[in-house]
Amino acid sequence: MWIINNRNILYVFTAVLIGVSMVALALWGLKPGIDFAGGTLIEVSYDSKPTISLSTTTLMTTVPTQTALIGGISAIDPAVSVRPSGTNGFFVRMKAVTQAEKAEVISVLSAHGTAPSTIKSFDSIGPILGAESLRKAIVSIILVILGIVLYITFAFRKVSEPVKSWKYGLIAIISLVHDIIIPLGAFAILGHYAGYEVDTLFVTALLVILGFSIHNTIVVFDRVRENLSHASANKPFANVVGESVNQTLTRSINTSLTVLIALFALYIFGGEATQHFTLALIIGILAGTYSSVAFGSSLLVTFELWTKKK
Amino acid sequence: MFKQRIKAVYVLIFALLIGYFVYASQVAGTWAGFHPFHLGLDLSGGTHLVYSADVSKMSGDDITSSMASLRDVVERRVNTLGVSEPIVQTQLGGALAGEGNAYKLIVELPGITDADKAAAEIGQTPVLEFRLATAADIKAFQASTTILSQSTTTQALEYIKLFKETGLTGAMVSRASVQFNNTTNAPQVGLQFTSDGAKLFGDITKNNIGNYIGIFLDGALVSAPVVQSEITGGQAQISGSFTLPEVQKVVRDLNFGALPVPISLISTQTIGPSLGQAAVNGGIYAGVVAFIIISIFLVLWYRLPGLVAVVALGVYTALMLALFKMIPVTLSAAGIAGFIITIGMAVDANILIFERMKEELRRGRGISDAMHEGFARAWTSIRDSNISSIITGVILYYFGSTAIITGFALVFVVGVGVSMFTAITASRMFLYAVAPRKTTALSTFLISNGFIK
Repeated sequence: MWIINNRNILYVFTAVLIGVSMVALALWGLKPGIDFAGGTLIEVSYDSKPTISLSTTTLMTTVPTQTALIGGISAIDPAVSVRPSGTNGFFVRMKAVTQAEKAEVISVLSAHGTAPSTIKSFDSIGPILGAESLRKAIVSIILVILGIVLYITFAFRKVSEPVKSWKYGLIAIISLVHDIIIPLGAFAILGHYAGYEVDTLFVTALLVILGFSIHNTIVVFDRVRENLSHASANKPFANVVGESVNQTLTRSINTSLTVLIALFALYIFGGEATQHFTLALIIGILAGTYSSVAFGSSLLVTFELWTKKK
Repeated sequence: MFKQRIKAVYVLIFALLIGYFVYASQVAGTWAGFHPFHLGLDLSGGTHLVYSADVSKMSGDDITSSMASLRDVVERRVNTLGVSEPIVQTQLGGALAGEGNAYKLIVELPGITDADKAAAEIGQTPVLEFRLATAADIKAFQASTTILSQSTTTQALEYIKLFKETGLTGAMVSRASVQFNNTTNAPQVGLQFTSDGAKLFGDITKNNIGNYIGIFLDGALVSAPVVQSEITGGQAQISGSFTLPEVQKVVRDLNFGALPVPISLISTQTIGPSLGQAAVNGGIYAGVVAFIIISIFLVLWYRLPGLVAVVALGVYTALMLALFKMIPVTLSAAGIAGFIITIGMAVDANILIFERMKEELRRGRGISDAMHEGFARAWTSIRDSNISSIITGVILYYFGSTAIITGFALVFVVGVGVSMFTAITASRMFLYAVAPRKTTALSTFLISNGFIK
C-alpha cells in the first residue's frame, strides 16, 4: 500500500528521472555507431605493448602511438578517432573507406610493415545501409509498442469497471516510453563522458526491455483484474490496486533479480562484444521493474480518480 | 502419486538423454552423429559482405530473374574460394530500404579473414577483347625513333593504342578450358566461340592475314599473335607467359561470365578468429555462473519447489542446446546473450507459481490444494506475459537488419516457447512427484518460501 499512498512522491521521482534523461538527450544526443551512421571501425592489436609518446615520428618505429596513428590516418579522414583497446591495441573509427583507402589505412596501422600487428576486426558500413538500419530500428520499436498495447487491450477487454480496458493499454504505453527514455538518457550521458555508442544491439536491448517490462506490468494488471472480480463493490479502487501490488511485489523483485543475476554474469564474464548491450539491459530492467511495480499501478489509481471527478 | 513419480522419472531420463546427446554430438563418430553448434561469423571469424545491386536499368520480372542468376554466379565464385558453408543470399525490395538501395546481395564467408581477396574474387568481371593492329602500323611503331626515345611505360601505352576494336569479346565465348601447348607444354587458355563468335572470328582472320590480333584481358594486352591463316573452327588459344593458376583463373572467370547485375560493395565486416573464441568462452563462462547463482538463489528462497525449478531449468538448458543444434540456430554473441537472459526469464513462471502457492497456503489450504491452485491461477499471468514476449521476438525477427539481431530474436522466441513447457508442465510433474502429502511442520517449511521461516 505504501506505493499507492505515496504515489505523488513517486511521480516527482519519476519526473526527475525522465527530466534528467531528456536534458541529457537534448544537450548531448546519442552517438550513433557505424551501423547507423555508416563508417569504418577497425580493431588492431600489436604484438608488443604500445609506448605512449606524443611524437609523431614514432610512426616508423615498431609500435605506433595513438597520436601517430591519428596523424597517419588523418590524411584520409581528418575526423578519425583512435582509442586504446586493451593494453596493446587500438580501435580506429573513421569514415567509410574505399578499397584503396583501406589498404592505406592498414599500411599505416602496421607502421608500414614495421609493427607486427593483427587486424582483429574490420567493419565498414556504407551510409545508405546505415540509414536503412536506423529506419528499421525505429519502425520495430514502434511496432513492438503497438503490438503489445493492442494485445493488452484485448486481454483486458472484459475489465471495464472502474477503469476501461484501453486505459490499461494507455498506461502500458506510458510505462514503456518511460522504460525507453531512461536507458536512452543513460546512454546520452555515457556517450558524452565515456564515448558509448548506440548500435543495432542497443536497439535490440531496448526491445527486450519493452518485452520484459510489459511482462511485469501484465502480472500486476492481471492481479488487479482478478482481485476486482471478487472485491466487494464499495472497496476503494486504490485499495484493490494497492493489495495487488503487494501480492505481486515479491514475485516482481525475484524475477527481476534472476534476470539481473544473468545480466551481471554476462556483463562481468561475457566479453567485450556484448558488454554495452548488457549494460543497456541492466539499466532498462531496473527502470522497467520500477515502472511496472510502482509507476504503472499508481497511474491506474490516478486515472480512476480523474474519471470519478468528471 | 506413484503414476506421477513414474512420469517424472521418464521426463528426467529423457532430459538426461538430450543433455548427453548435446555433449556427445560435439565430436564426430559417436552414436549421436556429428552436430556441432552453428557459430555466427562474429564467433567463428570470417567476412560478411553486403553489395548493393544496381537494377535501375531493368524492370519487373527481369529484376527477379537477374537477381537469382546474380546469386548463382556469385555462389559459384564463392565456392571456388573453398569456404565451408558460405552463405550467398539476395534481399529483394522491402518497404524500409532507401531509394536505389532496395536490392542487396549478402555474402558470408566463415573462416575467410582476407576480405579484400574475397571481395576481389566475387566482384571481378573479366573483360576479354580481341582487337586488331595492322602489320604496317606495328612496323612503323617499331621503327619510330620518337617513340623509342620515350619511357617504357609510355611506349606500352602507345603500343596498345595501335589495336582497334573488332566487336569480338568474351561474351561470344561459349566455353573456356585449360590447355597445354603441344611443344612447350606451357599452360594456355583454350577458347570455343559461340556460332556468332566463330563466324566473326573467321571473318576477322580471313581479312587480316599478316596483321596482329591483340588479346586483351581487363584492358591489358596478354598476347598479340600474327594471323597466319583463316581460322574457321571457332577455336582459339591464348598463350602468353601464364602460370597454371593464372590460366585457371581466367578460364573460370570466362566461363562464369560477367555478373548479370552490376554490384557495388556497401559494407565489409571482418572478424578475426581470436576475437570470436574469446566471445564464446566468455559466453559459456557467464552462462555457467548465471546458472549456478540463480540455482543457489532458487533453492535458498523457494526450498523444495526451488529445487524443482532448478531441475526444470536444467531440462530447459538441455532442450535449448539440443534445439540450437537441430534447427539449427546460428549462434552469435548476441544470441548467446539472449539465451542467458532467457535462463533468467524462464524462472519467472516458476516464481509466479510458487508465490501463488505460498498465498494459497496462507489462506489455509492444504499442500496439495495449494499446489493445484498455484499452477491454475498463475496461468493467465504467464500466458499474457509470454505472448507479449513472443510479439517482441517476432517483430525483432522480421525487422532485424542483421544476422546478429535475427539470431537473437530466434533464440528469444524459442526460449519463451520451451520455458513454457519446462517451467509449467515439467515443473508440475516434478513437484507433484516429490511434494509431501501430509501437512506437517516440516512439509510446510519445505513448501513455503523466503530466506527465513
